[in-house]
Amino acid sequence: MPELVRDTGVSELRFRDPGRARALAATLEQLCTQIGRDSVSVMHVCGSHEQSIAKFGLRTLLPKSLNVIMGPGCPVCVTDVPEVDEAVALALSGKTIATYGDMVRVPGSSRSLADAQAEGARIEILYSAAEAVELARDTTEDVVFFASGFETTAVATAAVVLADPPPNFTVLSAHKYIPPVMEIVAEMPGNRVEGFLAAGHAAAITGSAIFERFVEHHRIPVVVAGFEPLDILAGLVKLLELIRDGTMTVENMFPRCVTAEGNRNAQAQLWRVFRTVGGNWRGIAHIPNGNLRLRDEFAHLDARRRFDIDVRRLWEYAPATLTQSCVCGDIMAGIASPDRCPLFGKECTPDTPVGACMVSNEGTCKIWHQYGGHPDL
Amino acid sequence: MCLGVPGRVVEVRGSIALVDFWGVRRETRLDVVDEPVVPGDYILNHVGFAIRKIPEAEIRETLALYDLLLRESESDMMAADVRGEIAGARPEAVRPDA
Repeated sequence: MPELVRDTGVSELRFRDPGRARALAATLEQLCTQIGRDSVSVMHVCGSHEQSIAKFGLRTLLPKSLNVIMGPGCPVCVTDVPEVDEAVALALSGKTIATYGDMVRVPGSSRSLADAQAEGARIEILYSAAEAVELARDTTEDVVFFASGFETTAVATAAVVLADPPPNFTVLSAHKYIPPVMEIVAEMPGNRVEGFLAAGHAAAITGSAIFERFVEHHRIPVVVAGFEPLDILAGLVKLLELIRDGTMTVENMFPRCVTAEGNRNAQAQLWRVFRTVGGNWRGIAHIPNGNLRLRDEFAHLDARRRFDIDVRRLWEYAPATLTQSCVCGDIMAGIASPDRCPLFGKECTPDTPVGACMVSNEGTCKIWHQYGGHPDL
Repeated sequence: MCLGVPGRVVEVRGSIALVDFWGVRRETRLDVVDEPVVPGDYILNHVGFAIRKIPEAEIRETLALYDLLLRESESDMMAADVRGEIAGARPEAVRPDA
């Protein structure tokens, strides 16, 4: 039994009570027996969920037949090589690149932004899209905001685009949209995902109803869950009940934070600024409608349209051979686990990441590395 | 990156609020929150933007959860994300003494 409580205090028991965790685990056991199959696979798409699952060793509590997989829940990890190349090419051509910290170390075809910085490029790490605008206001030089993140974070980019940024500010969008990738991953050969656990705070903006179309088309239930251990276990209980009963619906187990309709003001800004286009997610697949790009109305703020981005000269360098052994893509598609990668914990560590999953705090490999290599043991 | 952090609104100036996060006061943008926000309200902040006004009934439980998270050690990844949101910096930029 993993230690769920590390300190004493009334409030802790509400979220981490070991007795309640054991009771939920026993319910999961019963549900798996009732479902009566050798294995049931469900997927979550949230780095915070994986952090809780790995840290508290929740997989040791689960029935043997229940497989909980982390899917493509890390926006940094799915940023594709050509997108990093675009940022690197802009940086090497003298533009200031402003971006979230994790993006700096994501490998491109020959360089990361950190490598470009070592060669003299100006890279600014920031916490908020609003800071990128402030940076542009303080200079006459071009500031390109290399914007990553799922719809939750794209909302912040949309807000600054709508707030009349200065003319030397542009956006290089690597924003991704989660619902389409769930459709692709659910249909992948070698994958039998029977249910999805959706991330609580992302759904605070989109609303739980955003998954209804997916459920209807794919006949796979979705449960929105919080990120504490008991939230996750309760979410899994609800998901297995839906699977057992063949009930194809969206259930919201995180009403403390999520409503069906979400934040409509945020959604209106998101879709006023962005449209969906197809594109590759690193290592996974081409995802129709999986990328968020600026609409024509905002072409003057779109780095791809403002500048002639020449990524070809980055391809003169042979790709690192280590990268070819990286199985990040299979890991995010739910086909492989980090400990199956020959590089994991050896050539590939948080200090010397080979794949993007080892770079970000939301990457499956980094989370498993941090919490002991194989959270099941 | 998708984990927000709650804070108490101290002052509102147009579309910017001064918000108190466990004693750290920072500006949070109000562009995307879908309800009017006044001093004393609690909001959920994500990358410098209020994404939700926390309903009165949920404030205590939400704060208790984050109190718990913030007691975790430096090596805890979720706590690092929350501390990063509080300090207004990416986790790797937050010094242990910050």
